[in-house]
Amino acid sequence: MELEKFAYDNTIVKKFAFATIFWGIIGMTVGLLVALQMVFPVLNFNTSFLTFSHIRPLHTNAVIFAFVGNGIFMGVYYSLQRLCKARMFSDVLSSIHYWGWQLIIVSAVLTLPFGFTTGKEYAELEWPIDIAIALIWVVFGWNMFGTILKRRERHLYVAIWFYIATFVTVAVLHIVNSFELPISFLKSYSWYAGVQDALVQWWYGHNAVAFFLTTPYLGLMYYFIPKVSNRPVYSYRLSIIHFWALIFLYIWAGPHHLLYTALPDWAQSLGVVFSVMLIAPSWGGMINGLLTLRGAWDKVREDVTLKFLVVAITAYGMATFEGPMLSLKNVNAIAHFTDWIIAHVHVGALGWNGFLTFGILYWLIPKMFRTELYSKKLANWHFWLGTLGILFYAIPMYWAGFMQSLMWKEFTPEGVLKYPNFLETVTQIMPMYAARSLGGALYLIGFIVMAYNIIKTVKAGSFLANEDAEAAPLPKIYQAHKGEHWHRWIERRPIQFMILSLVLILIGGAIEMIPTFLVKSNIPTISSVKPYTPLELQGRDIYIREGCYTCHSQMIRPFRSETARYGEYSKAGEFVYDHPFQWGSKRTGPDLHREGGKYPDSWHYNHMLDPTSMSPGSIMPSYSWLLDNTLDTTTTPAKIRAMITLGVPYPDGYDKLANKDLAIQSKSIAENLKKDGVETLSNKEIIALISYLQRLGTDIKGENKK
Amino acid sequence: MSALYVLIGISLTVAIGFLFAFLWAMKKGQYDDDYTPSVRILFEDEPSDENSIKYKN
Repeated sequence: MELEKFAYDNTIVKKFAFATIFWGIIGMTVGLLVALQMVFPVLNFNTSFLTFSHIRPLHTNAVIFAFVGNGIFMGVYYSLQRLCKARMFSDVLSSIHYWGWQLIIVSAVLTLPFGFTTGKEYAELEWPIDIAIALIWVVFGWNMFGTILKRRERHLYVAIWFYIATFVTVAVLHIVNSFELPISFLKSYSWYAGVQDALVQWWYGHNAVAFFLTTPYLGLMYYFIPKVSNRPVYSYRLSIIHFWALIFLYIWAGPHHLLYTALPDWAQSLGVVFSVMLIAPSWGGMINGLLTLRGAWDKVREDVTLKFLVVAITAYGMATFEGPMLSLKNVNAIAHFTDWIIAHVHVGALGWNGFLTFGILYWLIPKMFRTELYSKKLANWHFWLGTLGILFYAIPMYWAGFMQSLMWKEFTPEGVLKYPNFLETVTQIMPMYAARSLGGALYLIGFIVMAYNIIKTVKAGSFLANEDAEAAPLPKIYQAHKGEHWHRWIERRPIQFMILSLVLILIGGAIEMIPTFLVKSNIPTISSVKPYTPLELQGRDIYIREGCYTCHSQMIRPFRSETARYGEYSKAGEFVYDHPFQWGSKRTGPDLHREGGKYPDSWHYNHMLDPTSMSPGSIMPSYSWLLDNTLDTTTTPAKIRAMITLGVPYPDGYDKLANKDLAIQSKSIAENLKKDGVETLSNKEIIALISYLQRLGTDIKGENKK
Repeated sequence: MSALYVLIGISLTVAIGFLFAFLWAMKKGQYDDDYTPSVRILFEDEPSDENSIKYKN
């Protein structure tokens, strides 16, 4: 067999590597800012686009999709070419993929801080960007499968299987969760409502962790750990077994994010069972990664790259032990809504994703630039700064989560809540928030040290854009006959066939099933639950725009400590008109599901102007612009029409009457405020927000009194 | 809770898709040898010829 000469494309790897570093620093700087805002609320600068609830989504999206996302592509484009012994399928597609992804990130920076958000965690980007993500993702898949098909190595190394699973599943998750009805260029409503929306969202959310933060990185682990340590993976057989086990189990684990909520019990139990089983394949991967270094631990002592990789795998092991544990209902009852979860995700993100990325960068950059790393000493500094950063971040957050949760649940011997004032449980953990910021700062400094080290390395080296290689082509097994039926072509290509059929089934299935299924099911199960009034609907959109869900839940779990604090526990039937749901996942402030009627309108008015005036010591930022902004009522008819399309039972033709009702309701709130000495025009956004807050949870409030 | 059935349907579709991929891999002999692939990736396929002077950029 004649050897074929070809060249690997290093340019695309280099581009993604630099993007990883650039966006990583930006994403983590924003993270540090939001951490500091919790200690020093003045850092919200009383500016909407710098306020915590506007930039916390920017932080999460940036570190997940910009930092880790570019890191995935960097590693995949490097390893896939070498594993397939082929250049990427198309340099043009590579380039479209690269620039498309960066544009999507830029569009996130330009929309999220300004309140253009769907209000669904980790899927906040609005519908035009969702479409762009889907298209660019397909470009990535096209390029990847094209490369796999022209490979010169018949065996698909286990890393490639991880990449394939990543591509297929992320595509499915993104499409299904992003089903939304646009009402304008940058505003849409989730197609699902309430409990259904919550379930779809966390099915997506958990699998984003599984198939964006885990499977691609496991693929990278299986390529880069053997390469860096120059020894074969401990057990190739184990890698195959744990791959298939992992992907079959992961997809069912989502409901563990909704334990003790209004989700049906059996669905919760299903999520728990699969989450507990997940420890087996997860630890299979961890053990396989660590044992690859058996007999090479002396290398770990000297090679800083290996140090990063070892800590990364260890962090993966810890996070995947913690995950199943947190999925147990009794543990979850304590941990949910607290900073424990924040600690958990950061062990995964900073340890597993961050350190694996750093390790790969330290190995890859000198290799592609044909030089030595500029300074091993600086890399060691980075390692220790990063490791200490993770510890300083995680330990205070575990402490804070535990402490706050126990304070929420504590009763006095007389049987009343020991800490009835929520704020008291927040001020207690402020020192931990400060320590966490220190941890984050250390980690970020380490990252910047690495950036400097890499810039120096790049300057000293000479880049190898096209790396020559040669390999024998795969023997053609089948020679096509002339004039054969077209279908024979697809029959010989099982992968394309699988992908094609999957995509077809999903798109077809989704378009057919989702609207019909879900619109019909919006029939309320509680007769007293009525659709929002037009003003409340507008107020709800302000609630979503301002990102209130980043700190406030709307889900009272059926615990004595929660019903004593907040009121009657939340029922599934109460959320049937919520497009999207706003249950939240973290209580930095109290739950708001029974907020309606708790305080007078003027309390909310003053509280939004300056939260500390109503709750001294509060760390909530001011939302004073709501008092000045005029409510845009031109959108009301379109919003009502959209809701009708989604199955909300407004009367026919109500879109034309809605603004009249809106005006009447806002006048009455303005008059109400006037009685308490607050002079304001009735056309301000604050009026709409107050109407929504006062409506929250009131539909069934009387029920438990009878 | 119809979203649940939609999700179960889609999850099953994905799982079945992977099952077929798995069966394909078994049938095509992808897993007949579960040792060599782990070693093979360690070898770089640099050209053995004298053209390494080509690296100029």
